[in-house]
Amino acid sequence: MLTVFLQFLFSGLTVGAVYALVGMGFNIIYNATSIINLAQGEFVVIGGLMMWFFTSSVKLPFVLSVLLTILTAGLIAFLMERLTIRPIQKTDLLLMIMITISVSIVLRGLLMFKFGKDPYGYPPFTEGEPISIFGAIIQQQALWVIGVTAVSIVLLYIFFNKTLIGKAMKACAVDPVAARLVGINVSQMVMLSFILSGVVGAIGGIAITPISLMEYDKGPMLAVKGFCAAILGGLGRGRGAIVGGFTIGVLESMTAGYLHSGLKDAVALIILLLVLFYKPAGIFGSSAIARLRKF
Amino acid sequence: MNKDNIIALTVLVILIVFFPLLSPSPYNLSIAIFAGINALLAIGLSILMGYAGQISLGQAGFYGIGAYVSAILSLKAGIPVLLSILFAASVAGISAVLLAVPALRLRGHYLAVATLGFGEIIYIILNEFGPGGPSGFGDIPRLSILGYFFDSSTNFFYLTWTVVTLAMIFSINLIDSRIGRALRAMHDSEIACKAMGLDIVSLKIKVFVLSAIFASLAGSLYAHYVTFVSPSSFSLFHSVLIVMMAVLGGINNLWGAILGAIIITILPELLRKFEEFDVLVYGLILTFSLLFFRKGLVPIFIDKLKKLRA
Amino acid sequence: MLNVNGITKIFGGLVALKDVSFSVQEGYISALIGPNGAGKTTLMNIISGILTPDKGKIFFEDQEISNLQSVRIAKMGISRTFQHLEVFSNLSVLENVMVARYTKTKSGFISSGLKLPFAKKEELTAKKKCEEILDYIGLYNRKNEIASNLPIGEQRTLEIARALATEPKLLLLDEPAAGLNIKETKMLGETIKRIRQEKGITILLVDHDMELVMKISDWITVLNFGEVIADGKPSDVQKDPVVIKAYLGEEL
Repeated sequence: MLTVFLQFLFSGLTVGAVYALVGMGFNIIYNATSIINLAQGEFVVIGGLMMWFFTSSVKLPFVLSVLLTILTAGLIAFLMERLTIRPIQKTDLLLMIMITISVSIVLRGLLMFKFGKDPYGYPPFTEGEPISIFGAIIQQQALWVIGVTAVSIVLLYIFFNKTLIGKAMKACAVDPVAARLVGINVSQMVMLSFILSGVVGAIGGIAITPISLMEYDKGPMLAVKGFCAAILGGLGRGRGAIVGGFTIGVLESMTAGYLHSGLKDAVALIILLLVLFYKPAGIFGSSAIARLRKF
Repeated sequence: MNKDNIIALTVLVILIVFFPLLSPSPYNLSIAIFAGINALLAIGLSILMGYAGQISLGQAGFYGIGAYVSAILSLKAGIPVLLSILFAASVAGISAVLLAVPALRLRGHYLAVATLGFGEIIYIILNEFGPGGPSGFGDIPRLSILGYFFDSSTNFFYLTWTVVTLAMIFSINLIDSRIGRALRAMHDSEIACKAMGLDIVSLKIKVFVLSAIFASLAGSLYAHYVTFVSPSSFSLFHSVLIVMMAVLGGINNLWGAILGAIIITILPELLRKFEEFDVLVYGLILTFSLLFFRKGLVPIFIDKLKKLRA
Repeated sequence: MLNVNGITKIFGGLVALKDVSFSVQEGYISALIGPNGAGKTTLMNIISGILTPDKGKIFFEDQEISNLQSVRIAKMGISRTFQHLEVFSNLSVLENVMVARYTKTKSGFISSGLKLPFAKKEELTAKKKCEEILDYIGLYNRKNEIASNLPIGEQRTLEIARALATEPKLLLLDEPAAGLNIKETKMLGETIKRIRQEKGITILLVDHDMELVMKISDWITVLNFGEVIADGKPSDVQKDPVVIKAYLGEEL
């Protein structure tokens, strides 16, 4: 009993970590721009597939591959912001949604062109026996996923709270006009937010691919799940997305385990609808603040 | 109805009547039918988004309901196709009410994602519980009205585009009526609408139902034309495409919906020769048109025409 | 006709209205005046149901309306204009007024879409009625103009026309003279008087323009910092030392 439960719990936490990272990616951009970047999932795919490319195809050393993958994802996010987000000055909500979706189609097209439709994987970061806790088996890579996520969270926290640029980005989120008045370059911060969230997504992809494999069209579902995580925790709230991501991951894995594997994907969506309908500000958000949001 | 609309409708009817007479290949004829089905979807969405200002990324859900419900009823329960189609439309309408009541309190991104979530849930239900699961099922009966069978591409083309034309006339009338004015007014100022005594919630729900019924009819047409359905035709991607059709043509122009639907339907066929490039080229074209034809093709065309006249 | 009874409204700690009571007599042009931030617009929003009061009650023709939604209140016969213009900017002038006929007409989605004979007839009647209103208020020659193209003065008039089209018993005018020049203000005063006289509509008016208010009102209520400090005929209010100190003092 316990063994099975723990097994589901651990696999849920592993997937949940990636959802949390995607959710945080959503929040970073949303806070800086009030845009929901629906191409967010593609960056996870880029992370996984580029990592495969550098390690398994070009056969570069591990650390170098990671760095190059992150660089690639950052560069793509940068180009996306420069070419498609910046030219649109007026924040027309519908247009923004459609632009990010069409960029995600372009990215999928590129990935399919480069990698085809097959799933890719590479060896775990460390070789070794899985760990057993009360009979539940945990692969070492799962620990890597959770560890990498934890480190990313800490780094993001430090970045936003301790560094000048991070604080400036936060200021833009609170009041872009005031931020501009005190001399913060808002458009640079917007660009930075895209790069940052692209990188965060890619890190998730690098870590999860040895477990779940990666293929070119996984992006949309990841984006939906990550968005559920962000909404569950309260859109725009960094810590909310973390709790949201893990919650959804665990619930999904429990549903797949105890109920029916096909309903796995429905769980996140049903949670999403319930939260939106009954507590749109998220479980941690205050509805007063949510109402003040532009969108 | 104003003069421009009458002229445009006349042109549309002439094109519809003559297209099959140009003896197009069966392949082109079927593309034209799919364009009509998509046009129906886009018209419904255009009223919802362009005029009433509500966002839906879940139209494929209603489209799927229309296809599956009428296919299952006619195939498995032996109910006449026409009756199945009407029943499917009412199922879609009721689902729209159930979704709209809680969802329409939401705005912007939240509404967009709530409708997206709804569409995905329908998609998962079709996958898990639909006959044949992910691979779908076939042998769906063809439509017959008063003993007349729509069993050739040509007569199905006429049927589809007649439905599109009727939907168009209905929509043009609606937009220029008590209801349409209220919807457009709501888009401009909800607070003033309330002060005028307009029941905004009920209007929003009803317009949502209308767009769902249009989508459901499109789904039924699809099912009884192709005689085979599988969930993949009703995925999130199709919801996105429907929005794309309406946006590309011009979101607050009903004619834009038809034009957008035709372009988006033909585009992948034209891109066939790019082979593995097709998704990429498709995405690039969409992105470029969003960036450079922001107002939509039909409004841009009208502006140009006005300048020429002046 | 309208009884406002001990209304209090607090916005997160800030008391916007404190135990405000006054009434509007049927057939009167009443005015609500006071310095900026006195709570006039808040009161307007509470009467028209956009905000709900924290304490107190409002009665309209002896029915309590304090907690009703604005849609219900509108249907009972209270119509209003807005200080910050809320015209339907993408609709034509005529369409703006026709929207206000919504509650007086019936055709729904199906009858409108199919253009059934009764819907068509109803549409024509509504159109005629609205053209009459536009003619009455002096905007007939602008009827096909898109509302956002009108100058501010005409947009304000359009809001009045729109409010009239709902056939209200009580008309709330929220700063109708804001942004108008002297000539336009004078015309506005005439229009307001005409509406009361010829249509028998009771009017409650909020405005800064003292000349206009003094000239056309039968009754004036003065608010200061969310409290009623005076209530009476224009000539009496004008002489009231408290009012002069709080508000008029600066101008006289």
